[in-house]
Amino acid sequence: MMSAPSDQVGRPRPYRLAELALLILAIAVATSAYALVGLGTEGTIPANVYGYAGWLAALGLVVHIVIWWKAKYADPVLLPIAVLLNGLGLAMIYRIDYAQERTGTDAVAVSQLIWMTLGVGLAVGVIIFLKDHRWLRRYTFLSGLAALVFLLLPLLPGLGKTVNGARIWIGVGGFSFQPGEIAKILLAIFFAGYLVSYRDQLVLAGPKILGIRFPRLRDFGPIVIAWIASVCILVLERDLGTSLLFFGLFVAMLYVATSRKSWILLGLGFFSIGAVAATFLFSHVGQRVDGWLHALTPEEYNKTPGGSYQLVQGLFGMANGGLVGTGLGEGRPSMVPFADSDFIYASLGEELGMAGLFVILLCYLFIFQRGMKTASELRDGFGTLLATGLSFTIALQVFVVVGGVTRLIPLTGLTTPFLAAGGSSLVANWVIIALLLRISDNARRPVEEFHTGVLRITEDPEDAGSPKRQGAAGSPKQRAAAKSHGAAPHDLDDDAPTTNLGTTGGER
Amino acid sequence: MSEFTVTVFRFAFFILLWLFVLGVAGVLKRDIFGAKRGPRKSRRKSRKSGPAANPPPAPAPAPPTAPPSRAPDRAHPGSIRVTAGPLAGTSLILSGAPVTFGRAPDNTIVINDDFASSRHARIVAQNGAQVLEDLGSTNGTFVDGSRITSPVSLSIGTQITIGHTTLETQS
Repeated sequence: MMSAPSDQVGRPRPYRLAELALLILAIAVATSAYALVGLGTEGTIPANVYGYAGWLAALGLVVHIVIWWKAKYADPVLLPIAVLLNGLGLAMIYRIDYAQERTGTDAVAVSQLIWMTLGVGLAVGVIIFLKDHRWLRRYTFLSGLAALVFLLLPLLPGLGKTVNGARIWIGVGGFSFQPGEIAKILLAIFFAGYLVSYRDQLVLAGPKILGIRFPRLRDFGPIVIAWIASVCILVLERDLGTSLLFFGLFVAMLYVATSRKSWILLGLGFFSIGAVAATFLFSHVGQRVDGWLHALTPEEYNKTPGGSYQLVQGLFGMANGGLVGTGLGEGRPSMVPFADSDFIYASLGEELGMAGLFVILLCYLFIFQRGMKTASELRDGFGTLLATGLSFTIALQVFVVVGGVTRLIPLTGLTTPFLAAGGSSLVANWVIIALLLRISDNARRPVEEFHTGVLRITEDPEDAGSPKRQGAAGSPKQRAAAKSHGAAPHDLDDDAPTTNLGTTGGER
Repeated sequence: MSEFTVTVFRFAFFILLWLFVLGVAGVLKRDIFGAKRGPRKSRRKSRKSGPAANPPPAPAPAPPTAPPSRAPDRAHPGSIRVTAGPLAGTSLILSGAPVTFGRAPDNTIVINDDFASSRHARIVAQNGAQVLEDLGSTNGTFVDGSRITSPVSLSIGTQITIGHTTLETQS
């Protein structure tokens, strides 16, 4: 009598219909934003509005159906929010395209739509092929290495390209990409896998100085090396926004793994030292800080390279927008340099006003909240850390960009997730959403359906591996291994899960 | 199209935009309420089962027929919550499916702890009762402070300790 109702109450509901309804609403918003841009600029609704709506709906519904099929218990609000933000970004990029008379192959909106399709395709791939996020834990060190390689790629002569002073792009043919965006996800996987394995050593061992327990160097070494290396590369590539993002990710995950506030203090301390040093050492950082502190002085405003012209124009734009904005297509957001990428937040502020910006900020807040909720519901430490890391990247990125554009902090070159024109960032964010969907499916799934195919709940530990191993044993080596396990039962304890994982992974 | 129509469309767009936000907020509210109902219920029940869990100090408020050893048939735990350790705060509904604990990533609750074995312990349903058994772990499974040697039937409010992780059964 007591356990029956609690089963009913506690059973998580999939909320798939709620997701569908919200998705349809998001597509309606994105389409009407596009139509309103046409009305505001040319006075007519664009002729291809139905095609555009159809394409967005197709992309959204494909992901929705794949979620229904493969990740039934995934979080219901992540996908509609991603589609809404992406749609608003597309409408604003199309509007800037119109103002700057970019048509045909020059149109950024078209390439952004192509990138969105690619991002959605990758997200679908992640949801279908990644059955369980814990599978990623096996590739902890590989993803750390891959992240470093991705970060190093732009430094290779011939492959790397320098755009606006930052060497963070690679160009293959006519096609450029920012590998740092992918490295961000890989680093989150690496930090999560590493911190979950070495948590105890980090927390319990090591000397205590000034009330803070410092880990032993050999436990902490690899992660510090990874961090210093990524930051060094980014300083060499002159992109301090991304370096700040990685450092923030590192500190946040360290805090979540060890639950010690001292890491945050230590991190902020390191960060302030680094920030002050960078201001004096690198001229471009110094320029940014000057442009931030003295933005409204004529000297800074009129300084041609690296003044505050862009920042102040963005502020004027947002002031022009006011509470409800000038209306889509009726402001002059293209006065600001990079109005469709770095300053898309200011452009949206001008045309949608504060009422629109609040929706955008709330959407980011929702993504962050869902990520954190998922992290707290999960039953494994790796997933908790990964979900925290991924949602924290989005939150920190939004803080850095919006803070920079609204002159709360100095301006740094990061992209606004989902909104800004830029393919690599869009693709990376879709992959992040797919990973969060997969992790949240795992977190909300009831235990009876916990069997996800990759990692099985074994009924009996004694014959945990053997029937599976026999079934998949193509090689005599494996059979011999099974025999030797029989002789030494303690061996089985440690090896069985890994072998089990290997065979199941191979079947897929 | 006239200025007026465009203005009407603009405000209709805002209504759609905010409708979306309210829709998301509504889903989140339902989701959070669903999660909230569980703890509120269990608080009520744990108050009831509080005396049953540690009978020596206060046996008076409980009806005389509730010594903990005979309790399991009427006080089956409905969920289990991690109260201490890296996963503190996580809870799981005991629905009859086996729940496994251990260091290996395929356990239901993965305990990343050098003091936990790969397959440390599990809870299975037997004749309606939830039974905890140790799976030959190196450092043992502790129930209310004492190491278990044979399967133990769980009642509400039992403390299970595996390595540095403590779990508590709840209604």
